[in-house]
Amino acid sequence: MLIRRAAQIRASEITPKAVYLNRRRFLVGVPVALLGARAAWAGTKLAGVVRGPYGTDERPTPYGDVTHYNNFYEFGTGKTEPAERAQKLRTRPWSVSVEGEVGKPKVYDIDELMKLAPPEERIYRHRCVEGWSIVVPWIGFPLKVLVERAEPTSRAKFVAFQSFYDSREMLSSGQAGIPFPYVEGLRMDEAVHPLTLLCFGMYGETLPNQDGAPVRLVVPWKYGFKSIKSIVKIRFVENQPPTTWSTSAPREYGFYSNVNPGVDHPRWSQAKERRLGEFFKRATLMFNGYEREVAQLYAGMDLRKYY
Amino acid sequence: MRLAKIAVFAVALAPLAVLVWEGLHGSLGANPIEHITHATGDWTLRFLVLTLAVTPLRRLLRFPGLIRFRRMLGLFAFFYGCLHFLTFLWLDKFFDFGEMVKDVGKRPFITAGFTAFVLLIPLAATSTAGSIRRLGGRNWQRLHRLIYVSAVAGVVHYYWLVKSDVRLPLMYGSMVAALLGWRAVAAFGKR
Repeated sequence: MLIRRAAQIRASEITPKAVYLNRRRFLVGVPVALLGARAAWAGTKLAGVVRGPYGTDERPTPYGDVTHYNNFYEFGTGKTEPAERAQKLRTRPWSVSVEGEVGKPKVYDIDELMKLAPPEERIYRHRCVEGWSIVVPWIGFPLKVLVERAEPTSRAKFVAFQSFYDSREMLSSGQAGIPFPYVEGLRMDEAVHPLTLLCFGMYGETLPNQDGAPVRLVVPWKYGFKSIKSIVKIRFVENQPPTTWSTSAPREYGFYSNVNPGVDHPRWSQAKERRLGEFFKRATLMFNGYEREVAQLYAGMDLRKYY
Repeated sequence: MRLAKIAVFAVALAPLAVLVWEGLHGSLGANPIEHITHATGDWTLRFLVLTLAVTPLRRLLRFPGLIRFRRMLGLFAFFYGCLHFLTFLWLDKFFDFGEMVKDVGKRPFITAGFTAFVLLIPLAATSTAGSIRRLGGRNWQRLHRLIYVSAVAGVVHYYWLVKSDVRLPLMYGSMVAALLGWRAVAAFGKR
């Protein structure tokens, strides 16, 4: 059994409650450009975070890049649009419904959900299907914790996820080019894999809106679009669920979408990637460098066919 | 008269100036190479559209003097096209010509883009008044109709590279279609 020591967080670092409760009042109505780069998206500092396993010792991507270069089409298809427009997303109150083929369905309030297990920091590589990548110190706990609590029945073979969508505040499917609400899915063994993270923080704080607040998935061995943001529903199902990008362009995006330099996107190569902040491109790694941890899940599968 | 051309020349350089300024101030964003590639590509298409707009506008505005700007606009399309291609060749492929050729062969959107660019080369090379004399007016005009193909290939290149949001490619596409359509109608009317 591995016992980890909790990170030493000083009492002086804890956000005073008054500031915490009033932070959104400060944001409303203030043009985002007037706020400092970090102030505008500063979440709440998370206490009691321990260093989790599977972390890479590569240097994390600068916070400014990870918060100003986002794919979150509900808020615009340009890379800097989510940072501008996602601020209007209200992340409290927020509930996540765990339902479907489970013995214990439940609607969790987000604050209750976050407390189900001690928060771990996982420094993962994150590879976008477009060909760029980052390294992010995510904070969360294994999705397995939530799965076990829900007590999936024998009929639960897949886990389906759904994002928040508000047609009044967000782009339409026609504008974004993909159907909303955004949905994703994992096979059961992928969902309970120790790498799969139910994530609500990064860089020591709660998630900024443009990065998927208040809770998202992180599946580091798959292309980034599978790490669904702003989750409202987690449903256990018998059959492989539809996923947004695969529905939108089935020839280009499959259910599995494992990072694989040997299987190109029909329109561009996946052999290399641009790590943000680096000048030269680097070779893409099989399963985004998590081959040792996940290869056995796909033993015997033709990954060209099941892309 | 000359002042107008100098003004247009200066304004046409503004997109490049903006990129340089952004570079010097670290505001090229999290993925600078992508930003430069997109910006230079956008301006190539925009100058192609502007160039194609000259002839219809001359007629519609009854302002034949606009012709003086057509060569400059066309050459700026080629200029930004060169920057766009150079960004791809240098910052994406690192001058690996073998890799570039493979991409051109295997990736349809790059084939389209490469075609659009290559077609502009003879047009840039024969953009001088001397060329019109040497080739003869008729031949020169026929050769320069290649810009129609280049513009279409450029739109197709853009359409094939976006993931899902096709609004901008379709916008350029409808502009190019309108500008070519106008010519088709005008030619038909002359019969």
